[in-house]
Amino acid sequence: MDIRSQIAMVFHLDKCIGCHTCSIACKNIWTDRKGAEYMWWNNVETKPGTGYPSKWEDQDIYKGGWEKKGKTIRLKGAGKFKGLKNMFHNPNMPVLEDYYEPWTYQYEHLFEAEEGDDQPVARPVSLITGEPITPKAGPNWDDDLGGSQEYARKDVNARNLSAAEQEAMFQLERMSFHYLPRICNHCLNPACVAACPSGAIYKRGEDGIVLINQKKCRAWRMCVTACPYKKSYFNWNTGKSEKCLLCYPRVESGQAPACMHSCVGRIRYLGVLLYDADKIEAVASCAEHDLVEKHLDIYLDPNDPAVIKAARANGVADSTITSAQNSPVYKFVKKWGLALPLHPEFRTLPNLFYVPPLLPTMAFVENGSYETTSESFWGAIEKSRLPMKYLANLFSAGNEKTIETVLKKLMAVRLHRRNVTVGDLPEDEVNGPMNEVMMDKDTADAIFRLTSLPLFDDRFVIPAAHREEAMEMLESTADVKGNTGFGFKEPPKRGL
Amino acid sequence: MFNNFFFIGLPYAALTVLLVGSVFRYYRLGFKVSSLSSQFLEGRELFYGSRPFHWGVIFLFFGHATAFLIPRAVILWDRVPLRLIILEVTALGFAFSALFGLLMLIQRRFKNKRLWAVTTKMDVFVYIMLLTQIISGIWVAWFAHWGSAWFATSLTPYLRSLFTFTPDVAIMAQMPLSVQIHVVSAFVFIGMIPFTRFIHFLVYPFAYITRNYQVVIWNWDRKKIRTSGKLVNGVRSKNN
Repeated sequence: MDIRSQIAMVFHLDKCIGCHTCSIACKNIWTDRKGAEYMWWNNVETKPGTGYPSKWEDQDIYKGGWEKKGKTIRLKGAGKFKGLKNMFHNPNMPVLEDYYEPWTYQYEHLFEAEEGDDQPVARPVSLITGEPITPKAGPNWDDDLGGSQEYARKDVNARNLSAAEQEAMFQLERMSFHYLPRICNHCLNPACVAACPSGAIYKRGEDGIVLINQKKCRAWRMCVTACPYKKSYFNWNTGKSEKCLLCYPRVESGQAPACMHSCVGRIRYLGVLLYDADKIEAVASCAEHDLVEKHLDIYLDPNDPAVIKAARANGVADSTITSAQNSPVYKFVKKWGLALPLHPEFRTLPNLFYVPPLLPTMAFVENGSYETTSESFWGAIEKSRLPMKYLANLFSAGNEKTIETVLKKLMAVRLHRRNVTVGDLPEDEVNGPMNEVMMDKDTADAIFRLTSLPLFDDRFVIPAAHREEAMEMLESTADVKGNTGFGFKEPPKRGL
Repeated sequence: MFNNFFFIGLPYAALTVLLVGSVFRYYRLGFKVSSLSSQFLEGRELFYGSRPFHWGVIFLFFGHATAFLIPRAVILWDRVPLRLIILEVTALGFAFSALFGLLMLIQRRFKNKRLWAVTTKMDVFVYIMLLTQIISGIWVAWFAHWGSAWFATSLTPYLRSLFTFTPDVAIMAQMPLSVQIHVVSAFVFIGMIPFTRFIHFLVYPFAYITRNYQVVIWNWDRKKIRTSGKLVNGVRSKNN
């Protein structure tokens, strides 16, 4: 057993209001620079939709992630042979058009324009060439379905739905959407790390954050292809790849990352999970229908004395073990089984889990009239506005049973709370669903509390890293007293 | 005088600059060591430029290196006329492939405004340098053919004399102008490596072939410290 700690996350999709505050917080801190304007380390997509970059989930186009090959797995579009062969021109790499051309407006013109008959306007200009452009795409161009079904119909996850299911999904009256905020998953089996020929990308042992060493990156661009979530971006100005760093300077000092701290809907949870690193290869190589189950099995119970002992022996700090015991992520993912990984079929073992959205049909159109009555209070889970198959394609590698169980649990909690606060439901309408998912009242209350009324410290349980010790391992701190700091202090100027 | 400058002074200056400059740039300006790929800004035309150019140049580089390192084997190969012709034609083919790729790359860069935004003066210099080198090479191959045969008996001794610090320019002085230009431009090219994007081929990721796919870095390896043999019983380690 090789026990390591991992900073993991849960995003509760029912609570996401799609306000993009997370994206803006991230942009202002990290990517408001030349060459990085088009990057959104944190982005929020509307589902169904094509996302950012366009159709990123379609691995027939981008060849990201791992694929099963015999008993083991291999990188789909990169790796030692393919990577080195495609170095001069990478056929599966997304280009600027797949994201969007960043632009600004000529605001100065409003003040400096010559006097004339017409009102001066601020024309959009490209942030790359400085030439006037007509913006045709943006990072959230299909927000709230973009005013048409065109984006929704191109959703990769709806591809294997039957014609009837698709029609049901896109019926105007039933058209529904939910938001999908995405950041780097800081995977256990990261494809970007495996694909980097320079060895610039690495996973930190202490907390599992995946980072790119800017000094070692040589712009071979294989990470951009290999990451199936397209969360590694190429900076066209510096000629280096960049990605979400989970605000590691904040996490190291025990603070929540900017996107999570600023979240208006309070949908984000961050905490420690302990996992067994020896099992990574076996889990990533298992059959597709077992993927979710095996993936969740890799995380260990932080209250188990045997696990604690093994973790200590492996150098996991006591403060980290305590955080793991109080981790909200552990509760959602393991204890309650409410959160699922996004696209587990990419086999990177992501550490960002989603509580899937509960979208029951509250009403439907029948014979031209709006019908709101249903046999049960919230309608049956099977009548979810998004087909179960669609949600399964997103969160459980197509396994509808898994997603159905999660939705039933979420519904049971709601029925229970309705009973507690209003008490207008017949006894068996509450107890039936509760018994079906084997949930007791205390658990339901605990889920309700952490979902609806969590305090800041309930949502973020982060052990501050012992960086003061780490630094002394690298150099004597006294020697640089009075200097301007440690490490890399070069301006990010493009090379020759 | 000119011969001494171009065929003794320049080579040694170039090699010294290459050595000192690359090491300095790698260790002190590591952030600026990059292949500066422009595929993100323009992907389709790059295919027709970059691939033929790089494969052509790589073959030619190893061809030159072979003739320099194992001239005997090359001469033995060339003893059969058919084999000589095959070698010459293949090499010329790769030279044209490199030239075609380079021309594609140049027109692509000048045509596209986005690429112009990331083009430096040194990039223009690189294009001029490569054009001179490839065109003069093709000129040599065309007008002074059977190069694979005479290279081994004339240029190899000259290059070897440079590396053994007994420079002998007598052979170079008799060479046709095309060969002289090719050699001089080659040394300018070598000397400019640390100052241009040429630096990227010095950092070709050979280590990737043998390394593990996953990379995990520990800042603070408690297990290692705890089990370290350096610790004496009863004495606290400096960091613990």
